[in-house]
Amino acid sequence: MSQSQISGSQALMRAFVAEGVETIFGYPGGAIMPVYDALYDFHDKMRHILVRHEQGAVHAAQGYSRVTGKTGVVIVTSGPAATNVITGVADAMIDSTPMVVVCGQVVASLLATDAFQETDVVGITQPITKWSYQIRSAAEIPWAVARAFYIAREGRPGPVVLDLTKNAQIELMNFHYEPCTFIRSFIPTPPIDEQTVSDAAALINQAKKPFALVGQGVILGNAEDELLAMLEKAQIPAAWTLLGLSAMPTDHPLNKGMLGMHGNYGCNIKTNECDVLIAIGMRFDDRVTSKLATYAKQAKIIHFDIDIAEINKNVKADVAVLGNSKETIAAVTKQLQPARHDEWISSFDSYAKIEYDEVIKEEVDPSTPDIKMGEVISKVSEATGHKAICVTDVGQNQMMGARYFKFSQTRSMVTSGGLGTMGFGLPAAIGAKIGAPHRTVCLFCGDGGIQMTIQELGTILQENIGVKIIVLNNHFLGMVRQWQEMFFDERYSFTNMKNPDFVAVAKAYGINGKCVSTHEELDHAIAEMVSNDDPYLLEVRIEPKGMVLPMVPAGADITDVRLK
Amino acid sequence: MEKTLYTVIVFSENRPGLLNQVSIIFSRRQLNIESLTVSASSIEGVHKFTITVYTDEEEIDKVVKQIEKRIDVLKAYYYTDDEVIYQEVALYKVDTESILESDEIEQLVRKYNARFLEITRTFSVIEMTGHTDEIKELYYALDKFGVKQYVRSGRIAITKSTSELLSKFLSEREEEAKG
Repeated sequence: MSQSQISGSQALMRAFVAEGVETIFGYPGGAIMPVYDALYDFHDKMRHILVRHEQGAVHAAQGYSRVTGKTGVVIVTSGPAATNVITGVADAMIDSTPMVVVCGQVVASLLATDAFQETDVVGITQPITKWSYQIRSAAEIPWAVARAFYIAREGRPGPVVLDLTKNAQIELMNFHYEPCTFIRSFIPTPPIDEQTVSDAAALINQAKKPFALVGQGVILGNAEDELLAMLEKAQIPAAWTLLGLSAMPTDHPLNKGMLGMHGNYGCNIKTNECDVLIAIGMRFDDRVTSKLATYAKQAKIIHFDIDIAEINKNVKADVAVLGNSKETIAAVTKQLQPARHDEWISSFDSYAKIEYDEVIKEEVDPSTPDIKMGEVISKVSEATGHKAICVTDVGQNQMMGARYFKFSQTRSMVTSGGLGTMGFGLPAAIGAKIGAPHRTVCLFCGDGGIQMTIQELGTILQENIGVKIIVLNNHFLGMVRQWQEMFFDERYSFTNMKNPDFVAVAKAYGINGKCVSTHEELDHAIAEMVSNDDPYLLEVRIEPKGMVLPMVPAGADITDVRLK
Repeated sequence: MEKTLYTVIVFSENRPGLLNQVSIIFSRRQLNIESLTVSASSIEGVHKFTITVYTDEEEIDKVVKQIEKRIDVLKAYYYTDDEVIYQEVALYKVDTESILESDEIEQLVRKYNARFLEITRTFSVIEMTGHTDEIKELYYALDKFGVKQYVRSGRIAITKSTSELLSKFLSEREEEAKG
């Protein structure tokens, strides 16, 4: 044994340092103990956040990644720990979040013997990861880790799982680290085809009613400035997918709001009126398009994406501009002629007015004693000067957060879009606050969702993470209840919830809080909540049967917008 | 929509778990794989999958894009039957006695360009290469004399294009790696 040899676990730590890892979310256990032992010596270089359940670790890593743009890192043990991270891995896959998850695994000689805490992690995670790889010897660690970070980060980001056998953690090896810069079978960013750039520009130049639908691809590509330049130069109104929110300030005159099932009235109507539809870094999810057979049939479709598999997947593109959004948007903008579409842009206004009069006005400023969800979100947004990060759980709280929170800077919306994971909110908010410690992080969750990962209050307690938790408590699984009311003859099958005293629960974890049920109490509690950077739990007793409107019923035409 | 038999050819790095990654892309869409042949390709270190499946062009296009998206997959292509030269191999086991009784089996072997692979005192094995329908035809013809066992391989296929697309891809990638 030469003196320069180190263990596989130490190699993993050094590789993390080489990749610039600053924060690790994790939970120790039998098959990962050598790694945790090595981590003990690296605690001054990397911060480890001990969560209370492995699902919390992955969601926290997602929240961290979404606000920082960095790759989230998770370490857990084998077996049940590995299966506990599955939800977060699937969530990161569908929402394109870069993440490297290291799972412990039994020693290689015990593989496939049904050993204690053994599970086929690679087999389980292959369909829900960009790459999943079992490391069976220490010598492979630098190579595999370098590759993992490269794959997770480059192109369309996503999760990578490394299944690290215990013997590989212990074995000695000669450490040499080289970051990965090339994999011959993996072309992360397709080269820009100049022809498609000029075709796209030509279509936009002759458009009378162009409309941009913007997704997370703009944020992932750091292309916010390029997007704004394009929209302003050709005066193109824009609308957002759930994950695209915050890429452009809410109050920008070309920002027309959100798309889809609970999106803004005008945005959905105009989708079927525009003549050129410019989809940027979005994937035409069914919650955005609703019925495909009648979706934007009148329009020429331009689709900007980094992932060729998204082209023609749901909506056929007339022009597909492949590449990194930062480069493709800039390339197209260069060929655009300055244009004005004043009449077209102002045609959104009448719909905005109808929506305001029939939905928004009463939602944010109710005339009745009951507190409404939109009111809470709007007041919290206001109290933070619209500068906070909005994290949501899933359901009504999420749609209301998306509709009523206002954004002034990018990477300010953290939500589980594709997978719709209840329980995402609390751990994601923790990760977001750790990633952006100088910003206010507001979590909106329901009484249902918070109880799915409520144990993470323990993580807040241990690390003193200043998350503002707003529980919108209607004693219902609100979104399901809403569907039961609208589509299931008001048969409220198992959606009513008897809840604990959330403020008392928070108190048990050393977190201050208040429970409010009147408009005045709400105002005071919000002011108290944002007066410092401490964690806070605000339980808001909201109207029991609040509805998220407008709504396009699932499978209906996107123009079939119900306002009541 | 009209279903066509497509031949999907996938070139991948030689790493464990690739077959699962490729096959789940079919199963997620409830596409039944008609045949599957996996082996080393003519290029060292590169594995080749030849998969046949009935579907329509829109679907196969999406499937192939998803396959190619897998990190360790180099390239994936799809072809219709008129774009490839393809072949299967089949083995038929018959009683040697029934061969000796008449010359009918021998005539079938000649007619179908098949051959005797093995003849023992008790049984004989006939081998035939060809397309699925020809192979089945011979089976039905032989079965009149009693086929004891019958196996058919998956399809292997070669494209009609003059250059090997993968070699071009690999040399391009090699250039990019250098530069």
